Amino acid sequence: MPDTPVATLRGASKRYGAHDALHPLDLDLAPGRVTALLGPNGAGKTTTVRLLLGLTSPSSGTVRVFGADPRDPAARERTGAMLQVGKVPETLRVREHVALFRSYYPRPLRYDDIIATAGLTGLDRRLYGTLSGGEKQRVLFALALCGDPDLLVLDEPTVGLDVASRRVMWERVRALRDAGRAVLLTTHYLEEADALADRVVVVARGTVVADGTPSQIKARVPNRRVRCVTALPLDVVRAIAGVERVQQAGAAIEILTGTAESVVRELLGRDRTLSALEVADAGLEEAFLAVTRGGSAAPDAPEIAA
Amino acid sequence: MSARLQRLPRILAMETRAEFLKLIRLPAFAIPVIVLPVMFYVLFGLALGGARSAGSVRISTYMIATYGVFGVVGSALSALGIGVAMERGQGWMLVKRASPMPPLVYFVAKVLMSMAFAAIITLLLFTLGVTAGGVRLPIGTFAILGGTLVLGAVPFCAMGCAVGAVVGPNSAPAVVNLAYLPMAFASGLWIPYEMLPKAVQSIAPALPPYHLARLALHALGADQSPPAGHLLALAGFSVAFLALAVVAFRRDDGRTYG
Repeated sequence: MPDTPVATLRGASKRYGAHDALHPLDLDLAPGRVTALLGPNGAGKTTTVRLLLGLTSPSSGTVRVFGADPRDPAARERTGAMLQVGKVPETLRVREHVALFRSYYPRPLRYDDIIATAGLTGLDRRLYGTLSGGEKQRVLFALALCGDPDLLVLDEPTVGLDVASRRVMWERVRALRDAGRAVLLTTHYLEEADALADRVVVVARGTVVADGTPSQIKARVPNRRVRCVTALPLDVVRAIAGVERVQQAGAAIEILTGTAESVVRELLGRDRTLSALEVADAGLEEAFLAVTRGGSAAPDAPEIAA
Repeated sequence: MSARLQRLPRILAMETRAEFLKLIRLPAFAIPVIVLPVMFYVLFGLALGGARSAGSVRISTYMIATYGVFGVVGSALSALGIGVAMERGQGWMLVKRASPMPPLVYFVAKVLMSMAFAAIITLLLFTLGVTAGGVRLPIGTFAILGGTLVLGAVPFCAMGCAVGAVVGPNSAPAVVNLAYLPMAFASGLWIPYEMLPKAVQSIAPALPPYHLARLALHALGADQSPPAGHLLALAGFSVAFLALAVVAFRRDDGRTYG
């Protein structure tokens, strides 16, 4: 550990009634590091973010931010949060939103720096409601920067952005990391976690299913989906090396694998009548469900990954 | 700690200003809240009422008090009831809560903003009454009536808070209007209390706007009942609604809707 963590979760869990939103989770966020929480919707990412921001209290375990309770104003003054919001007040101008949030902090970042860093130059006189989706995301990012935070919590910062805007956002996050900020970001894009994170924590259904560097994670994930019509029985296909999961999909079968090339070679070698072959990227949800279920075919597995 | 306290007035001023700008630019809020009481006063207080009397004063004078109360209740219930329900249900309140903004500032700013709207409505009614309704009152009476109306926003802000803490964002406008409009009628804000049917008169004291209307009419010399009872009733309603709001917020735990 290069630096002492600025925020820690120790066995932090959350129950809503009978539903476990998050099983006990340990997490350390260190300065100059990006940690990605990767997982499908409903995996517990937003719950983790809310615990870290003191927006909900853990059912068990502890959450500390800068050595304090996350609800402590001293902790909040050093934390910036970008949350997923259904609706932001639309009849305020960008500069009014930013000026208001700057007033909350003892040592706010300079106004011009916030606008420049968030990519809002020339937009700050516009009403929030007149902005495009990507511009709105940038305003929420700007609000997270207002206090010149040492800890940044970004809940799905690039959701709904086009590829170009996503890459620009990545550059902004990298610049903050290089400036020594601790960053937690949630995402359901493996590519995003890979591009940004020093450490990736994969969560599914409230449980950590993998934890490591991006390359360690990628090696574990059966990230390709092979689809074909074959005369081979499912059991035979399942026995092929590298096959994580097989299921019938109409006349075709679907295979989840991390080694698509060798699996396809094997299939073609054994079945000369094989047809309608497709190889595609598997959705993350599908891939990690396969990991958590130990590769068994699941009757309720989604036909199409979310 | 003291540095935080020193920043508080500026945060509150910024927050109140933002709240005011937010709503004055929102026609769906500003038009009904400001135009309805003024329009009703013009129709019922000036056009129909004219020079006739209600009790000891002209109708045009009497209805400045009652439509003033109508406006105050409307702005407070809309701003707090609908505003808090929306911002809570759509996640904006979580962004505020995650920031170091002192939580009380969020509510106090909304109360001050409601008072600003109450003051605008009151001034519009005074101007119309004096110029078109022949309303003649000593300046001190205008001041006391105006002060009563503006401060009278407080219990309805508490009521709005409770509604906003309990009701979802999509049903909030309907719930607020279903509470507001019948309550206004039964409290004697549209038709003077003295002219209401007996059955309605008997339930009026159970409704907070009735008590504020009595205080406003008292300021005009049009109500002889002792003001202390009405003040006590409004204080009681405020405490009850605030308690309900606090309980509901405790239970809420950051839930959002759609």
